[in-house]
Amino acid sequence: MSNTLDLKKGLDIPLKGAAACEVTAKVLPETVAVKPTDFPGLLPRLLVKEGDRVLAGSPVISDKTNPALLVTSPVSGTVAEIVRGEKRKLLAVLVKTDAAGEGVDFGITKNADTDTIKDVLLRSGLWLSLVQRPYGVIADPAVKPKSIFVSTFSTAPLAPDTDFTLGDRFADFQAGIDALGRLTDGGVHVAVSKAVYSKTPFHKTENAILHVVSGKHPAGNVGVQISHISPIQKGETVWTVSPMLVAAIGRLVSTGKLDLTRKVAVTGPKAPHPSYVETIPGAPVKDLVQAEEGVRIIGGDVLCGETLGPDAYLGFFHDQLTLLKEGTEREWFGWAKPFRPKVHSSSWCYFSWLTPGKKYEMDTNLHGGPRAFVETQCFEDVTPMDIFPIYLIKACLAGDIEKMEKFGIYEVLPEDLALCDYVDPSKNEIQAIIRKGIDLMIKEMA
Amino acid sequence: MADQKKTPWWHSTVDAFDTFLRVPGTVTAKGAHVRDGIDLKRVMIMVVVALVPCALFGMYNVGLQTSLTYGLEWGFWQMFLYGLVRMLPLFVVSYLVGLAIEFASAQIRGEEVNEGYLVTGFLIPLIVPVDVPLWMLALAVAFSVLFVKEVFGGTGMNIWNPALVARAFLFFSYPSSMSGSSVWVSKTWVPTLKGVDAVSAATPLAIAHDGGMDALSAQYSFMDMFYGFIPGSTGETSVVAILLGAILLVWTGVASWKIMVGSIAGGLLVGWLGQIGGATTLPCYYQIVMGGFLFGSVFMATDPVTAAQTETGKWIYGVLVGALAVVVRLWNPGYMEGMMLAILLMNTFAPLIDHCVVTASINRRAKKIAKA
Repeated sequence: MSNTLDLKKGLDIPLKGAAACEVTAKVLPETVAVKPTDFPGLLPRLLVKEGDRVLAGSPVISDKTNPALLVTSPVSGTVAEIVRGEKRKLLAVLVKTDAAGEGVDFGITKNADTDTIKDVLLRSGLWLSLVQRPYGVIADPAVKPKSIFVSTFSTAPLAPDTDFTLGDRFADFQAGIDALGRLTDGGVHVAVSKAVYSKTPFHKTENAILHVVSGKHPAGNVGVQISHISPIQKGETVWTVSPMLVAAIGRLVSTGKLDLTRKVAVTGPKAPHPSYVETIPGAPVKDLVQAEEGVRIIGGDVLCGETLGPDAYLGFFHDQLTLLKEGTEREWFGWAKPFRPKVHSSSWCYFSWLTPGKKYEMDTNLHGGPRAFVETQCFEDVTPMDIFPIYLIKACLAGDIEKMEKFGIYEVLPEDLALCDYVDPSKNEIQAIIRKGIDLMIKEMA
Repeated sequence: MADQKKTPWWHSTVDAFDTFLRVPGTVTAKGAHVRDGIDLKRVMIMVVVALVPCALFGMYNVGLQTSLTYGLEWGFWQMFLYGLVRMLPLFVVSYLVGLAIEFASAQIRGEEVNEGYLVTGFLIPLIVPVDVPLWMLALAVAFSVLFVKEVFGGTGMNIWNPALVARAFLFFSYPSSMSGSSVWVSKTWVPTLKGVDAVSAATPLAIAHDGGMDALSAQYSFMDMFYGFIPGSTGETSVVAILLGAILLVWTGVASWKIMVGSIAGGLLVGWLGQIGGATTLPCYYQIVMGGFLFGSVFMATDPVTAAQTETGKWIYGVLVGALAVVVRLWNPGYMEGMMLAILLMNTFAPLIDHCVVTASINRRAKKIAKA
């Protein structure tokens, strides 16, 4: 049983540096960071002190408002340092790994009931992989969601190929889907890419409602899929999980141990060897890739990833690093030149359409100055959802809750409108505007 | 605060020239880490490029009309050069006055100078009679930039098309320089014509208004009007030149083809109704090639800031612009060109159209979900 969804709007950004399908290194770092900042909305309470011994799966941080939400250590070792920032904000707990590799045994059997699955997910810290829509915050354990959505592919620029990263872990993935199915009455919706439908193992997923999706980015975004399959109304909740973390949940329920090992794609024009590295979240970025001077390392993809400094650590949700040159160089007569072969533009005011297959060595230059909204048609062309992006954006700017609701704030996260950032000739920060709108909703609706 | 002190008070002006020459070195700080090469400068320059055929042909036509009307035996280059020399001061005044106000306003607001006036400044000389006194033009530009654009917050915030308001300002303030049958052919700068009385050279629109199809076909053929060898505002006469610009605008996606097609369809429809209803003897397609109809549909009605912004709204807006323009032409005793007022009126109603479209869409969606 499957449903088809063909999306026409969207844009694939032709960025150079896709990862080759090979694992070039397996990194078990000496130090691992457990970061509360990976989870939006979490108010951290520290549960360990320096020198404490932790196992893989031991709680390190809990949430102040809901103590059942735990952030756990992905490795066994001893707490080496508590890193705090301004106003003593807790930034990270550094764990020095030991060779023992011991993990907490959560003692779960395959056919556990709903309460046991919930309890084990919470105790293992994997509950935090459940993202609640609307708002994109940690799922509330007290709520039963309308349904759960998993997109097995990503269309984001240079996104990891899930067939490669999870192809050998399909059993884990299936076990994860089975477990998630216990948490909702509405079923688990799994989206599979039409382009690779027959090749991908995911089309064999059982106990789920399959959807075959095709289209350019953001067709792979789970938010876009939800808005077509079953739009979120006021008062409804839907949970989403990334396929990588579904596999982690599957491994947890089949082995009883927390194992967050993942293949991380190291990509981008400035990646020395674009390929995969097998590691765990919290690994120091410098252990994974060496960047030159003047290169920005992004955790995630170029559209919605976060900038990681050279001393940063891989995040809980990251399965990709992108390396870009900082575009501080100033191009003479850039906008006035008839041809700019090194710059990509989706607009037909330039000539990128002549070379549709070309990949570009993009940098982080803004390519212009910020202006008021003038051309707004471009937003609709890259937003395959039944919303009016410009009206939603303006409602967010105005902080008008009623209008935001009408224009579909419950259905979007900034990542779903990330392409608007890219195409806007007026260089507005659309994702930041939407984020602000969502934060206001959370505050006002609480 | 320390940073603010370092920037000199004229930084908007400095930034404007600096970024005109070189792309700013700003890097992305939040949101998407890479950005499209497109910026507003490129969008605006595309419109100016699209206007170049109209401007070049218009210059030639200025010379041609003078030569024909006053019986001067000029060659091609003489006609073109006369038009070029006659038009240059208009462009200079339009840009000097407009940009001075733009720079000053940007300075006061502490923002970067906006590119919108690149287009407006090029449009204004093309839609006024070529012999309009320069001080009048300067006044109109100043009025329009100040009271139509800057008071609303600059490019992107305005409600009406500034170039058209400049024309409307001239039209209502100095009607003798803006209408009638003797303003459309330039003679002021021809030395041999000093002291010669202005010869009446009515536009096809005026001829058809007074004498109908018979009077018009006695003087101008359809192809004359199609190619543009007729008196009128400099940029508006040639359908060929306007279509060249339209192709570029639609190709690059800078202007909406829906508005253009809608406007022409609306004009044809009302023109046809007028013909079968007996209001005019002209075939409906004459309405498109005469006067400023096509120029307005392609370059003025499509301004993305003042037009409707929803896709359905663009159709409604376009059709109404074209229809209203021809309604004014046909059922109006004195004033024969309706395009300017039709666009300005629809600019006013564009937000209302969008509001209706958006509300309808929200209701439709709510119903769809309620059923499911």
